[in-house]
Amino acid sequence: MAKRDRLSGNEAVAIALRQINPDVFPAFPITPSTEIPQYFASFAANGQVDTEFIPVESEHSSMSAAIGASAAGARSLTATSSCGLAYMWEELYIAASNRLPLALALVNRALSGPININCDHSDSMGARDAGWIQIYAENNQEAYDNMVQAFRISEHKDVRLPIMICQDGFITSHAVENMELLEDEDVRKFVGEYEPENYLLNPECPMAAGPYSVTDYYMEAKRNQAEGMRHAEKAVLDVAAEFKALSGREYGLFESYRMEDADRAVVMIGSAAGTAKDAIDRLRERGEKAGLIKIRLFRPFPAEAIAEALKNVKAIAVMDRAEGYTNHGGPLGADVMAALFRAKSPAHAINIVYGLGGRDVRVGDIENVFEDLNQIIKDGDAGETYRYMGIRE
Amino acid sequence: MATDISKLGLKASWRDLTEGMVIAGAGTSREFNTGEWSTSKPLFIEDKCKQCLLCVPVCPDSSIPVADMKRGEFDYEHCKGCGICVKACPFGAITMEGVE
Amino acid sequence: MGNLTEIRWHGRGGQGAKTAALLLADVAFQTGKYVQGFPEYGPERMGAPITAYNRISDTAIRVHSNIYDPQYVVVVDESLLEAVDVTGGLKEDGAILINTERSKEEIIRHLKGYKGKVYTIDAKKVSLATMGKYFPNTPLLAAIVKVAGIMDEETFLREMRASFNHKFASKPEVIDGNMKALEMALEEVQ
Repeated sequence: MAKRDRLSGNEAVAIALRQINPDVFPAFPITPSTEIPQYFASFAANGQVDTEFIPVESEHSSMSAAIGASAAGARSLTATSSCGLAYMWEELYIAASNRLPLALALVNRALSGPININCDHSDSMGARDAGWIQIYAENNQEAYDNMVQAFRISEHKDVRLPIMICQDGFITSHAVENMELLEDEDVRKFVGEYEPENYLLNPECPMAAGPYSVTDYYMEAKRNQAEGMRHAEKAVLDVAAEFKALSGREYGLFESYRMEDADRAVVMIGSAAGTAKDAIDRLRERGEKAGLIKIRLFRPFPAEAIAEALKNVKAIAVMDRAEGYTNHGGPLGADVMAALFRAKSPAHAINIVYGLGGRDVRVGDIENVFEDLNQIIKDGDAGETYRYMGIRE
Repeated sequence: MATDISKLGLKASWRDLTEGMVIAGAGTSREFNTGEWSTSKPLFIEDKCKQCLLCVPVCPDSSIPVADMKRGEFDYEHCKGCGICVKACPFGAITMEGVE
Repeated sequence: MGNLTEIRWHGRGGQGAKTAALLLADVAFQTGKYVQGFPEYGPERMGAPITAYNRISDTAIRVHSNIYDPQYVVVVDESLLEAVDVTGGLKEDGAILINTERSKEEIIRHLKGYKGKVYTIDAKKVSLATMGKYFPNTPLLAAIVKVAGIMDEETFLREMRASFNHKFASKPEVIDGNMKALEMALEEVQ
């Protein structure tokens, strides 16, 4: 039986973690993710979980401890934001290359500078090539549901890669919204026991982890790692199907909203997609064929499926909540454009940078984007393909 | 469960590598003949040896076998010829072949 | 979106505007509504102006922007009337609720010609009389529930008692004071 509740995104993720009851949770606080380990520390103190909760002295250490615990055979995770993620950089690659299925509850926040505590995706976008699976949420319900599904995906025997469960700092992490929680017992059953094949604390078969690799082996090692990522899409879908049977809530690689007959679409990630849905409903009332692709799985990037979903659209705005400093757009723009190119898409596509450092996104802003796409179709020309939304000129 | 490291060699495909390059199974370094790396070898002069065993723990490759509290001949299959044992021996019972 | 009510709170860091918005979301949730309660964060400094928001609706809420054209505004600290454009975007058929000991006539002069309804409450008086300390958000919560007609008073008081019983389980002695503050605020708001 589902339980109706109203929770902040941070509290929702902390509750998912309580229900999962992981083995080890090392953490160091940073705004806006601090509440996740904070709530969890009280669960640990109250004896509601068996988890070894380890307060450490930095994010470099929290990820290192999570890696050590995972290699030892424990189900481990940590949480962070922004500069905390940056300080884990080296460890992110180590977790992925050692094929350790640990999780990171990431609350997206802008990277400095200027120093800023609010939401954008520059932190996780910077980590997009680290070899982690990345899943994003639109709202508190999705942040919770994604956390419940996380370990099933990352521990899948064909995958065995670390997973980043992302939500928007403050916009969902500190906002109280309605949601439905699953029963503790159902989550525990769904996630199951972690049974690693090889692990350091196995006396039957001692193991060496974290090897040095000479040039003769390094490329083979990286190709071997990529194989895990190639199985991630299927694992995400399989786990989502089981999750639907449990919760009734449906998840895929991305969400198509009113795309059936859309001639224009925005592609975006995170909380602003909810705002975009309201904008699209308003446009639809006026007879305009507007649609949305909301990315859930960003790494690996489901390029073919996204190009397929966009195949009948005439104009596309790819919305990036991060700068890429490429002089031609942000990271999501690059991936979507590459997908369209490979699918030989005839659509006009622009890339819009928006919402940096918490810059608010209003329904009217998204309506304006669709108006711009309308103009592009009329002109038969995309014009400037690298644009900013909500900037003072 | 132990890794079959016999496949690991310069001709190994990426498919034959282990996940995360882990080596599962104890003592697998025995299969790896680091002795091939050496350009010179230590020479054990048994007459001068007092069996103090100071050379044993300093060897990075466990290439000085001990039985009945007495060291034996070097394990040249694994000795890399680093010469640390020469420095450790107080009695001049080890020299480097071809050195000096 | 059916029956969407949007409320904006203006306070100063440390006065509990965020907590009040979350409490309002809580109590509206208890009566079966869809809710949002969220603060707008800047540098976390005591005394700096802060804004918090509520959306309350009969249907699911998807929008994640701040609120620019609220039906209701609550001003927790009247010194903000000079510092912040509190009536900015406020609907003329809505209302503003101000925590002040001054008269309504006097306070209206500071509202830059706002033509909608103006309500005042002396949250300090209510708070000191019922709880012995100054916690403005308890009286303001009751006042905005009444002003915005979010639920009937009986339901509100019943839900709040349940909420306080849970929240103050370890210090039940403060529950009665908080309940009295709510009841007195429902009378005092004008």
